Amino acid sequence: MHWNVHVQASAGAFTLDARLEGEAAPVVVIGPNGSGKTTLLRIIAGTCRPLSGRIRLGKRVLLDSEAGVSVPPEERRVGYVPQGYGLFPHLTVLDNVAFGLAAGPRRRPGPERRRIAAELLADVECAHLAPRYPATLSGGEKQRVALARALLPVPELLLLDEPLAALDVAARRGLRAYLARHLTKRTRPAVVVTHDARDVHALGSPVVYALEEGRVVQSGSAEHLANCPGTAFIAEFFEAEGAVWSERRAPGRMHRRSNAGGILSTGLSSPSAATPDT
Amino acid sequence: MLAAVPMLLILAVPLLALAGASSPGDIAAGARHPLFLPALWLSARTTLISLAVMVLAGTPLAWWMASRPGRRSRIVESLVDLPIVVPPAVMGIALLETFGRNGLFGPALSSLGVQIPFTTAAVVAAQIVVSAPFYVQAAATAFRRVDEDLLIVARTLGHSPASAFFRVAVPLALPGMVAGAALAWARALGEFGATLLFAGNLPGTTQTMPLAIYTALESDARVAVALSLVLVGASALLLFPLRTLPTLIGRRFGLASGAGGPPGRGLPRA
Repeated sequence: MHWNVHVQASAGAFTLDARLEGEAAPVVVIGPNGSGKTTLLRIIAGTCRPLSGRIRLGKRVLLDSEAGVSVPPEERRVGYVPQGYGLFPHLTVLDNVAFGLAAGPRRRPGPERRRIAAELLADVECAHLAPRYPATLSGGEKQRVALARALLPVPELLLLDEPLAALDVAARRGLRAYLARHLTKRTRPAVVVTHDARDVHALGSPVVYALEEGRVVQSGSAEHLANCPGTAFIAEFFEAEGAVWSERRAPGRMHRRSNAGGILSTGLSSPSAATPDT
Repeated sequence: MLAAVPMLLILAVPLLALAGASSPGDIAAGARHPLFLPALWLSARTTLISLAVMVLAGTPLAWWMASRPGRRSRIVESLVDLPIVVPPAVMGIALLETFGRNGLFGPALSSLGVQIPFTTAAVVAAQIVVSAPFYVQAAATAFRRVDEDLLIVARTLGHSPASAFFRVAVPLALPGMVAGAALAWARALGEFGATLLFAGNLPGTTQTMPLAIYTALESDARVAVALSLVLVGASALLLFPLRTLPTLIGRRFGLASGAGGPPGRGLPRA
């Protein structure tokens, strides 16, 4: 399924003008703090209104400012996992996960939605967490639960805001593999904001967007951005993990694995590495 | 440490003196006095109505104030704060200027045959005007502490704004809302100045507990003390949820600190 986003927004002196598109594989957005990544995700989720723009998800138009269309967030079928995971502290893990079936057209009666939530929790290796409250979970456990909760209503696009940022190194390694496994297993279109180059590799994203001061300054494959960085930030981003990158790239392991998993679709219209918004 | 003692004494000694002022027999005699029961009943009725109005009408205002940062909401916030700093007697006069015979709505009301001043409705109005700001501010503070991301997530999970409000914002703000409601109720229970000026001191109709104490003091101090002790008891009962509820709720969810509880109340780790 193809999706694309083109939005302009402004808040005070800050202007956001970004164009993104993708298919079934997760797309990665990188950028320094304050570059508008979170605002972009909120606009796609529908809780932040841009000045103008168009968001299309498969055949559905979620936003078309010219036509006066703006689908409310609850009808967009866009999942969102914020940076702090956004778990409801007053609900158990099971009820957090079942929350997506507690209202709206997908509403199910209590016992049924708990059963469905419990099945999904078991599927994502978190069955043992079901009766606990979020405050008692570790960061990695919170992220797993938040991901399960976002996946339960089967969103057509999943937004993850720095999913690994708050975790320590060991938890990060485990969860990175976990994320890659569950996102690709469900071939879920996703936008993953990250500031860690290793996430880009783990997710096997065909396209990376570099966002700076509200604009997409460069986009393309991770190799392309690593080899021909357009800005100092992009250079630093990939430089920090340069060793990992070349080491992994050399045997071409990532490519083979990605193709085997069907992530890199051959017909993918990979945006050029030029700056589209000038 | 020693410097903390004077204020503690200033706060505690008068109440201890009140408790020690009368024997159980005096209190029983006071409770049998004809002023006592009508005033108690009127206070209970009017403050419960005031509380209901404050919560039903104050919660939407608090939510609006909390979810719309900016100049307009700051102006509204100042307006809400005003009755806290304006003396209750002045609020009584202001109410007379609004609903009195020659007031803003006076002619309109009297053409409808409705009289508000010096009725039980006036007692309720006086209590609301003086107490509601305490509830609205506490609820707005509690709503502001609800993480915006939680509401966004609730929406993306298929919940309408109303559903996100009732299922996420209200449960998380509940300790703060309850604390604010208890504070506002206590304030309404003690309302004197605005009630005296706007509603008068008519036994059975507008003579609430504080006014009955004032009246009783002129004839029988024992009745005044008995009424006062009942008010102290009621206030202590109100203080209980105020202090314990945020802790209890925090513990239930395994939180280190109460979500949306009153400020500055550290909670024991669960």
